[in-house]
Amino acid sequence: MKRYFDYYRATMKLSVLEQLQYPVANYFYMIGMIAEPVIYMVVWSAVARQQGGMVGGYTPGAFAAYYIVWTLVRNMNIVFTPYGWEWRIREGQLSMSLLRPIHPLHADVAYFAGWKVVVILLWLPLAFILSLIFKPELNPTLLQGVVFFFAIWMAYLIRTMILSLLGMVTFWTTRVSALFELYFAAELILSGRLVPLSLMPEWVQKLAWFFPFRWAFGFPIEALVGNLSTSDLLTGLGMQLAWILFGVISVSVIWKVAIRRFSAVGG
Amino acid sequence: MHGLRLAFNYLRIGVLNEFQYRANFYIQILQTFIALGTGLIGLNLVFSQTTQLGGWSKPELLAVMGVFITMGGVIRSAIQPNMERLMEEIREGKLDFALTKPADAQLLVSVREFRFWQLVDVITGIVVMGVALSELHWVIGAWSVLGFFTAIAMGAVMIYCFWLIITTTAFWFVRVHEIANLFEGLYAAGRWPIDIYPNWLRIGLTFLVPVAFAVTVPAEALTGRLTFQTWFGALALTAVLFTLARTIWKIGLRSYSGASA
Repeated sequence: MKRYFDYYRATMKLSVLEQLQYPVANYFYMIGMIAEPVIYMVVWSAVARQQGGMVGGYTPGAFAAYYIVWTLVRNMNIVFTPYGWEWRIREGQLSMSLLRPIHPLHADVAYFAGWKVVVILLWLPLAFILSLIFKPELNPTLLQGVVFFFAIWMAYLIRTMILSLLGMVTFWTTRVSALFELYFAAELILSGRLVPLSLMPEWVQKLAWFFPFRWAFGFPIEALVGNLSTSDLLTGLGMQLAWILFGVISVSVIWKVAIRRFSAVGG
Repeated sequence: MHGLRLAFNYLRIGVLNEFQYRANFYIQILQTFIALGTGLIGLNLVFSQTTQLGGWSKPELLAVMGVFITMGGVIRSAIQPNMERLMEEIREGKLDFALTKPADAQLLVSVREFRFWQLVDVITGIVVMGVALSELHWVIGAWSVLGFFTAIAMGAVMIYCFWLIITTTAFWFVRVHEIANLFEGLYAAGRWPIDIYPNWLRIGLTFLVPVAFAVTVPAEALTGRLTFQTWFGALALTAVLFTLARTIWKIGLRSYSGASA
């Protein structure tokens, strides 16, 4: 246990130091990403104003809050991509990590977790500016704040596990981009990234309950912005935990089978 | 004339090149349909809550989406690949190979790449526009046809100039790779008519990144909103941007210090 703790601490520290070297590159990346929620925010605020100030339970101020928190959750959602896995497997880059006496996934989880610390720091001024411009209505309770804190990190773990699973498909075939595209499209619709799920038709909302997407995206935002009851909040955390467990177990089982197929040398 | 023939030859080579990779065609179709599907879902979600947005009805916004998809296809087939290659070559000092050729360097760096399969987007966009126009019971008028084609051509030139100016800054800053990412984010704003954005953003999307002229203005022509003032403004801005891009390119070339690869 101590071995893992030390490994995580060291890797995270390394990644924090490394990423702090590139504040401008990190900022450019974040600003490029902000265009998307700003567009959604403007469109839905316009719709809300036309409908007499509210649509689907959201006022323009609530939309602003939703999409500003969205930017943080989106950043927490960035993990080692399936395209990265494809590259890693196709080019034999995996060989090196296999030589280490620790599961290669730990390196991903720890490195990106460290990066998140930098991302959150850089996000704060950005969120401040966005708040000045779009005037969000946001008054979370202490409980909501605490749940949000855990929810974004659990969201990070869920997405890491699910995208690793997706990326590991590359062990069997290298023609994977079509599959990835479909996955990301489903995620866009069912996660709450395009619009808050409460604006979706009833059956889509029901459907979204059974996929990991909303637990890694919409739920953390709603936990802070919406008015979920305490039992909703706890159910959400429970679902997140369940998806993490499911992810960890599937990744380790599939990894054992998949790694036998890995034949690349060098890298 | 010579320049046109040169551009055409590069185009031909680009097409032949792409024909080697037919699987990409199917991937492109899938990508286009996914993008179209999510776009339509977004549009339907908005119009499940309201009947008009910023004075635009649903079929009118469908026309905007058609222009958006078509223009996106033009950008990704002919403009962006050339500019990304240029960025790469400036950074790696490989631009010499283009500069030593006996043709205008700006022309040369702007026509070398062509992604044929991206034309799937262009065609899909045209189909979407067709559907939108039939829903609008469109009557063909000389002004709207002429206005549309000239507006879309000017829009493409403006986007090209914008890209060239940004890419040219690579002569000084070298690392401009995040620009492509940034542009894609801002271009996505063109999916909706520019009127719905707050003032500061609208000005930015009109003059800094000419998304308004690339998407909204051609769509205005289709839906009978285009005024002669707007059209003339587009013409003037095209001329200004083109001159500006050409000037910055010439100045930038002087700072190029790559000593061959």
